[in-house]
This record gives sequence, C-alpha cells and structure tokens, in this order.
Amino acid sequence: MKRNEFEPKIVGFSCNWCAYAAADLAGTSRTHYPPNIRVIRAMCSGRINELLIFKAFAAGADGVLVAGCHPGDCHYIKGNLSARRRVVGMKPFLEAIGIEPERLRLEWIGASEGPKFAETVKSFTQTIKDLGPGPFNKRRNGY
Amino acid sequence: MEEVKIGVYVCHCGVNIAATVDVEKVAKYAGTLPGVVLSRDYVFMCSDPGQDLIRKDIKEYNLNRVIVASCSPRLHELTFRRVCESAGLNRYLFEMANIREQCSWTSEDKEANTEKAKALVDAAVRRVHYQEALEVKEAPYNPNTLVVGGGIAGIQAALEIANSEHRLYLVEREPSIGGHMIQLDKTFPTLDCSQCILTPKMSEAGSHPYIELLAYSEVEEVSGYVGNFKAKIRKKARYVDEDKCTGCGVCMQKCPYKTDSEFELGLAKRKAAYIPFPQAVPNVATIDPDICIYIKSEGKKCGACIKFCDAGAIDFSQQDRIIEIEVGSIILATGFDLMDPKRIPQYGYGKYDNVLTGLEFERIVSPTGPTGGKIQLKDGHEPESVAIIHCVGSRDKNYHEYCSRVCCMYALKQANYIKEELPNTDVYQLYIDMRSFGDGYEEFYERLSNEGVNFVRGKVAQVTDQAISDEGKGKLIVVAEDTLLGRMLRIPVDMVILCNALEPQADAGGVASRFTVNQKATGFFLERHPKLDPVATPTEGVFVAGCCQSPKDIPDTVAQASAAAARILAMISKGRITLEAAVSTIDEEKCSGCKICLGLCPFSAISFDEEKEICRINEALCKGCGICAGACPSAAITARQFTNEEIVAEVEGVLT
Repeated sequence: MKRNEFEPKIVGFSCNWCAYAAADLAGTSRTHYPPNIRVIRAMCSGRINELLIFKAFAAGADGVLVAGCHPGDCHYIKGNLSARRRVVGMKPFLEAIGIEPERLRLEWIGASEGPKFAETVKSFTQTIKDLGPGPFNKRRNGY
Repeated sequence: MEEVKIGVYVCHCGVNIAATVDVEKVAKYAGTLPGVVLSRDYVFMCSDPGQDLIRKDIKEYNLNRVIVASCSPRLHELTFRRVCESAGLNRYLFEMANIREQCSWTSEDKEANTEKAKALVDAAVRRVHYQEALEVKEAPYNPNTLVVGGGIAGIQAALEIANSEHRLYLVEREPSIGGHMIQLDKTFPTLDCSQCILTPKMSEAGSHPYIELLAYSEVEEVSGYVGNFKAKIRKKARYVDEDKCTGCGVCMQKCPYKTDSEFELGLAKRKAAYIPFPQAVPNVATIDPDICIYIKSEGKKCGACIKFCDAGAIDFSQQDRIIEIEVGSIILATGFDLMDPKRIPQYGYGKYDNVLTGLEFERIVSPTGPTGGKIQLKDGHEPESVAIIHCVGSRDKNYHEYCSRVCCMYALKQANYIKEELPNTDVYQLYIDMRSFGDGYEEFYERLSNEGVNFVRGKVAQVTDQAISDEGKGKLIVVAEDTLLGRMLRIPVDMVILCNALEPQADAGGVASRFTVNQKATGFFLERHPKLDPVATPTEGVFVAGCCQSPKDIPDTVAQASAAAARILAMISKGRITLEAAVSTIDEEKCSGCKICLGLCPFSAISFDEEKEICRINEALCKGCGICAGACPSAAITARQFTNEEIVAEVEGVLT
C-alpha cells in the first residue's frame, strides 16, 4: 500500500446470511481484495436505513456499500427489498446535499458468491478512489 | 450505570491471523481504548486454555464486557458466548471482531491488515459500551417432522425419526417413493441388487405406524420457524381411492391408452391408469389426466377401469386436496436431475439409437426393465463392443465444473454387467481421471482392470456414424485422444453409454425460496458449513440430505440422512427451543401508529392495538431481523443487539 495515495475508507453494511457469509467465504478461499472495506454486520440489509447510511458519511466514510441477499433469497423474505428502496430513495438526497450518489452502492451478494464480494470491493474501491475523499473526510476539507 | 470493564482478546489462530496481522500491536492498541481494562493476545482463543483464560479474567478483573478478535462470528460466536455464560456473564455482553476471514486472509499487506484489524477492534470496543444483557427465553418444540422427497435419503431419514415414535410426514411428488435408487439394477462396489436393499425400506416407510406417507403430493407453502413450522401440502388427485385400491393392476391391463413410462425413461410404455413399477409404495394405481380419455371426454368415452375394478376404487370425482400440517423441523431430500445429454450434440444422444445414458442402461440391465435384463441394441442384437464415456457435462467448463462423484464407479459397475453377461464383448472406458475414493472402491477398480476392460484416458471429442475405414462401417465411431499415448483414436463400437452429470432438480430454485434456503453457485442447496455442518442450512430447523445438497453416492447419502435425523431427534428429545433474545421492541411513547412496520414484518409478529392506536411486537414470533426498526419513521422501534447507538458506534469505530 502506497502511503501517499488516497486510501478510501468504505463502510460495508452486510446482512448476516448472504453478504457477510460471502465476505467470510472470500477470506476462506484466500481471495484477495483491497483492505479499504470495513464490514458491519446486520441481521438483514433491511435493518440499514437512511440514518445509518448518513451517519457513516458524517463519520468520514468515503463510500458506503449496502449488501444483501439476492431478491427471492432473503432470509427474511423481503427485507432486502426494503434496503433497495431506501438506497434508491436516498441517492437524490445525497446529490442534493453535494455528495456524489456513486458513493452509495447497493449490491446483491449470495452466500456462495465469495468472488463477487471480492470483485465488488475491488471495483467500488476504485470508484471511490476516482471520486476522491468523501464529503466529511478530513483530507477533503484541508486538514 | 455500572462502569464498563472490557476484556479484549486478540487471537493468533496459529499463524492464520498472526502471519499477516501484527496481533501484539492490535492488542496493545486495544488496551488504550476507553473502557478496556485488559487486553491480551493468545495463540488459539477457541482452545480450552484460551477459553479458560477468558473465564479466569472475567472473575479476576470483574469484566462485564468481552471482545474476542479472531475468526468469523458465524464460526465461533456461540463458543465464546457460552464461555462468557459459564463465567456468569450474559451472552449478549460479548462481541467478536472478525480479523481472520475478513482481514488476515484477504490481503498479504501486513501493515494494512493491522490497521484494519485495529479499526475492527475499535468498532467492537465502542459497540459493547451500548450492549445490554438480554434474557434468553424458551418455547416448546413441535415433535412432528416433515421430510420432503422419498428417495433413499428421505426414506432413511423418515425411518430413523419415526422409529422414535414421533409423527413423520414423508412427502413425495411422484406416485411412488423410491427415487433414483429404485431405478438402478445393482449398487457399487458390492454389486448387491439395488431393489433388494431398497424395497424393504420402502415398504417399512409405507406401513410405519408413525409415518404418514403423502405420495403424489407437493409442498406448496411453508411458514413459521424452527419448532413451529406450518406447511400446506397439495395432495394431487389420483382418481383412485387409495384406501380401496388393492394394487391388483386390472385397471392397467384394461386401460387402452398408452404413453412413455417415466420410470423406464421412455424405453417402455405405460398406460393412462398405471402403477409406475411393480414394487411401488404405496402400491396403488394412478390415472394420468393428461391422456385419460374418460377425463378428457368428461366421462363420455371409455371408463374401462371403472367397469373392471372389483374394489370400486376408481373415483373420477376426486380433486386435489390441501393438507395443512404443523412440524418442528424439515428435511429437504429432493434429490437430483440428470443433465440432458442433448445439450452436448457432438455425442449424438437422441440422434443415434444406441447412444444411451447411464440410467437408461441401468433399466436395460434390470430384470424388470424393458428388455427383461437382456443387454441388447435397439434392433435386438447383442453389442460386440461398448464405449462408456465419463464426465459427460461434469468437470467441463461449458456445463458443470464440478465432479458428479458417482460416474467413475457406476461406469465400472456397468462394465462389469456387460462382462458378466457378454464376456466376449469389448468394453472401453473413456475417462479423464479415475476417481475411486470410497471404501472398497479402489479394490473394485483394480478388479475390473483385470477383467479385460479397456481403459482409455482421454476426453471424447465426438460420437459419429461417419466411418473412414471398413472396420467402422455401420458402427458408432468414438473419436478421442488417448492422452497417455498422445494419439488420436477412432474406436468403432455398437453401443455408447454416456455418464451424464448429476445436476440440481429443474425446480430447485423454487424449492429453495419456498423453504428459505440458499443455492450454491452449482444450484445445489447450501449447507450451513461445508465441513462442520454439512447437514443443516442457514435456516434454523431446515436440514438437507442427499443429492439436493451436492452429488453423492448412496453410502454418503444414507450417512447424511441419518445425521439430519439425529439432529432433529436431539431437538425432539429436548422438547424446547431457545428463542432469539435479540428481538425488536416498540417504545409506546414514540409510536405514532402509522403501521408501516406491520406490513414489513416477515413473521407477522407485529399487531396493531386498536385501543391505544400503537403497534406491538410479539417477542415469541420476532426473529430480530430489524427490518421494522429500519423502517420506523419515528425511531420508536429498537432492534436489540443492533440498535442505532450500537451500529453508529461501530461505524465510528471502523472509521477511526
């Protein structure tokens, strides 16, 4: 890791049953991916709401990933669809307050999709690197 | 409020963590965080000495929060929660930081990993400040069990459970139980007759006082949770009264309409009124509404079966029935399908008469099969040479990457059938690798190698009828590269047997979502853990057995089915289940009665109190998903263990 390069911090809200399991599987399979993501577990992606996403940005996150089960696979039937509604609904709000909506990403990652988890982290990390430091990142604000 | 005293334990996991994370540095960092009174690193936290260390420290230092930074909580959260409990600390005051699966194993960059591990530990430390002790409650467990699928896996599991004298529902969608195993002639490597070992189990399942056999039925809907599932089962109309039918078969003789027999894979015909095979359980006739003229003509034509049935069992007024049952656990034993070899057109299946699948060949060899057990070509002649092609659709990036696990051995078995009956017939095994891993399998391979079977190592490119020499005229030519000799071969044969891949049932996706289990990338059902829990699924109370989880042979299937049964018997014997304590609650003061949560709850655990005009959560039904808490516009709902304070603390922790 080059120390001078901008290394984003990404909060990865993941549901216990699919996305978190996929993250575990990526590790178990020794699939390497950038260390920029920090996964936070919830039982269902449907637990994650606008408040938590915004708090993550406010606390300095450069990107926020919400990852849940594929539609139809949700351990709680349709909780992932609630997550999708919230993420989709939140993007215009982020834009309105000057946060690039690309900094918030929703992804369906099944429990067996370790490689997809790693790929998602890789591409999202790159997206955030291209966008630069997040809205409340001290680096962006000249500290 | 009591002062928070946190103990942090950073695990080396041998070198699994320590090689790519500076664990000492992480432990030292943890020691500087607010509330942490003690931090240690240790080589194996999950070992007995590691666990004792936590117990001792809880007592000695009066710890009221414990954090272990090690592997995934999905692996050892329960282990450490129990450790805390045994030292008198509530299990919900424990937290794990996943620094192995999600840190040390994801990158070789030790510096970056160490920073990440510090952040994850920081998050856990901030989080535990808000965690509260929760009371663990129990509920009764319904001792009835549902087994879905009546192949060898389902039958085995059903018998194991029913022998404990608890009610068992065995649902099979075909008219008879037996599955694929009943179609086989012999089983490898012992070559005992498949039907001889299976039919006693089938009839035992059919007549067991504690088994309610629901054949020709399908599960339509499942609700509830472990200990208290409800299932709706559609019992399809057979147009035959199962209680009256004696299985005499007169209706089959008299019925004038024919179609391809599913049991004989289209190699023979059956009637519209039929019993799929002689040893069927239940041994009752079924009338196929798709070809029965009486049904199609609305009773104007035919009716031969009604006239000739002495038992008066034919009942065309019968309709599908919906049966509702309540069970504590479910075993999915829905089996596999065979890949259609037409998907690989170069092998000529469906184009040439004498290109067969392995299962079709089993039927041909079977004494009760379409040829009465005589190995013959379509024209009735005996084959002078047979090629058995392995890995048809298995171990092939174009179809299925996995190994189907049974083909090598059944290919050997089928070579043995041929050599026993037609000793002068040449048999060629065209294989990629011979995989004879099971008990007695290698010995079986050795034996067949000495019986004059030709082994050719190489993947077959094509099966064609285009001969380029006189020798091959009128024959099927198997074109392959012998990779040991490094030479292309054109082998003229009379018959080709394709070992086509085992694949998930065509409707496995629908079954998976009905029972809220997941599918693997292969489409087979996902087990909870590939090594330590290959029997359970991530859904509590739903188990898997047999080929619906992955291709496997009969001994492995039986072992898995028995293991699933044992797991359920343990729950039946305990009689209670532990309810999730980390459930959601509603603050009556804050609730505006908007009912948004009501429609979102997947377990119907939320109800509306008309008098107070607020919503309430039934904690016995709540599973703690937190969807309601995410949706509540007044933030009146708290998802315990996943409160806003806890998650925000964690977020701030990972971002330090």
